[in-house]
Amino acid sequence: MRSDRGPSAPIGLKLAATGGLLFLHLPILLIFVYAFTTEEKSFVWPPPGLTTQWFAVTWNRPDVWQALSLSVRVAAISTAIALILGTLCAAAVSRTKFFGRETISLLVILPIALPGIITGIALRSAFALAEIPFSFWTIVLGHATFCVVVVYNNAVARFRRTSGSMIEASMDLGADGFQTFRHVVLPNIATALLAGGMLAFALSFDEVIVTTFTAGQQQTVPIWMLEELIRPRQRPVTNVVAMVVVLVTLLPILAAYYLTRDGDQIAGSGK
Amino acid sequence: MSLDAAMPRATAPAILPGSGGVRGGLSDLFWRRPQFLLLLMLLPPVLWLGIVYIGSLFALLLQSFFSIDEFSGLINREFTLKTYGDLLQAANLDIILRTVTMAALVTLAAAIIAFPIAYYAARYARGRWKALFYLGVMLPLWSSYLVKIYAWKLILAKEGILTWLLAKLHLLWLLDAWLSLPIVGGNSLSVSSTGTFIVFVYVWLPFMILPVQAALERVPGNLVEASSDLGASPGQTFGNVLFPLALPGIVAGSIFTFSLTLGDYIIPQIIGTSRLFIGQAVYSQQGTAGNIPLAAAFTVVPIVIMGFYLWGAKRMGAFDAL
Repeated sequence: MRSDRGPSAPIGLKLAATGGLLFLHLPILLIFVYAFTTEEKSFVWPPPGLTTQWFAVTWNRPDVWQALSLSVRVAAISTAIALILGTLCAAAVSRTKFFGRETISLLVILPIALPGIITGIALRSAFALAEIPFSFWTIVLGHATFCVVVVYNNAVARFRRTSGSMIEASMDLGADGFQTFRHVVLPNIATALLAGGMLAFALSFDEVIVTTFTAGQQQTVPIWMLEELIRPRQRPVTNVVAMVVVLVTLLPILAAYYLTRDGDQIAGSGK
Repeated sequence: MSLDAAMPRATAPAILPGSGGVRGGLSDLFWRRPQFLLLLMLLPPVLWLGIVYIGSLFALLLQSFFSIDEFSGLINREFTLKTYGDLLQAANLDIILRTVTMAALVTLAAAIIAFPIAYYAARYARGRWKALFYLGVMLPLWSSYLVKIYAWKLILAKEGILTWLLAKLHLLWLLDAWLSLPIVGGNSLSVSSTGTFIVFVYVWLPFMILPVQAALERVPGNLVEASSDLGASPGQTFGNVLFPLALPGIVAGSIFTFSLTLGDYIIPQIIGTSRLFIGQAVYSQQGTAGNIPLAAAFTVVPIVIMGFYLWGAKRMGAFDAL
């Protein structure tokens, strides 16, 4: 006999769980306070005063805008490539059973299962061997490779829940393959693809380890931040950018969660 | 003649006519030959991942069997195991040992902190609280990696919030005592191994919580009740019922915490001592030192360790908990 309300948790467990969650969130909240500090040279706490002037300073910094524009373009194109490749792969794997099916899943997951530095240095040495110069497209090449898995995971979960008989019914009613895809398959997987696409965008927007190996001289937002962390130039500007980055990645994650929360598998549970 | 003309009409109801046009032709072809459609769907992703990713990995592996000429600094493209021999030098073994120890400690700490959160979320949280717990783990997981590291730089700095808090609590002597210890200490927390450890635990913690929670969700609540009905203390219930059932989840989470710590080179670079980790060694060997073969040989170390780790995890049934 189980009741839905269940017993209440022991106090020790409550404290440990609350403590754990605070440990996860307080550091990120701290970023929001530091974005307003008047202190320029050190990380002194408590902040000696609060100001919004650094938002204006950041707004007028061309290097920040350049990095942001590069990051958005890279993330958009990588997401588009990942959407196509990930959906194709998911459709193939979930529709049919064929020899080597497990290998395909492994192949898709590998770029994210192995440490990023391995992917990064492997790509870099391959570019060197093939004498490909670093460019916008070498960054995209790396990002799209590890973004495929996010789209794939979301699409596979949705395909598993979509009944195959709907496709047969559509065909029986005289629709051809393309019409079936357009009017039956696509509406069914659309929200999963949207969620997968948003997560892929967030993943690409935030990626730094692989990018350091494939970017050459160009700076994405994470590369810009890494540079500031190693050789700080204007700390308050870094604070503001950090806060904006938190907000920018927050929105797609929340959106992806609301798009897939009714499903059996929720987006993003495997980054 | 008339019979010939009637034939198509007679068969038409049984088999629909081809839809006509290129599009119709393609659609019919896909329907009649599903293998062809499958091949067409698989070809782009397999080509992409096969050429871009697996190709690069092989190129890297190949280079680990080359060696570098110590005088000219040029890469000698002949098969040799000399580079792997270099890996066994005391300094390099030291790096490998340090990284593996750190990965093991981080995994252990992450498991200890993750368990109560996962257990509470799986067994006690209901409805809106459940969603809140889920997002509470998800948002830090997906928050920017560099911003998280940056936040800890702010916290651990000598003039930062942690020192301030300890001063308010009159506990600064504790921090000073800890920092004066040989291996874990340093000038301040942000340049000590303790700092590196804390940041590693923080950044990878969500990767541990999610699989442990997934494993605990599958433990029926009445199993725990039965255990206490039979007279077990909470400690005994944990040791004999909960922990064994959560273990596959912990192992699954440890795959992430272990693998990610092994390969990371940014956290120890920003928060930590000047002693290198595997990732940093790879980075500096391929960058400033220009010794791609040694860098490649270094990356083989985490691949081999993770290979064994995954093999062991699979035997423990950890993949079902993913």
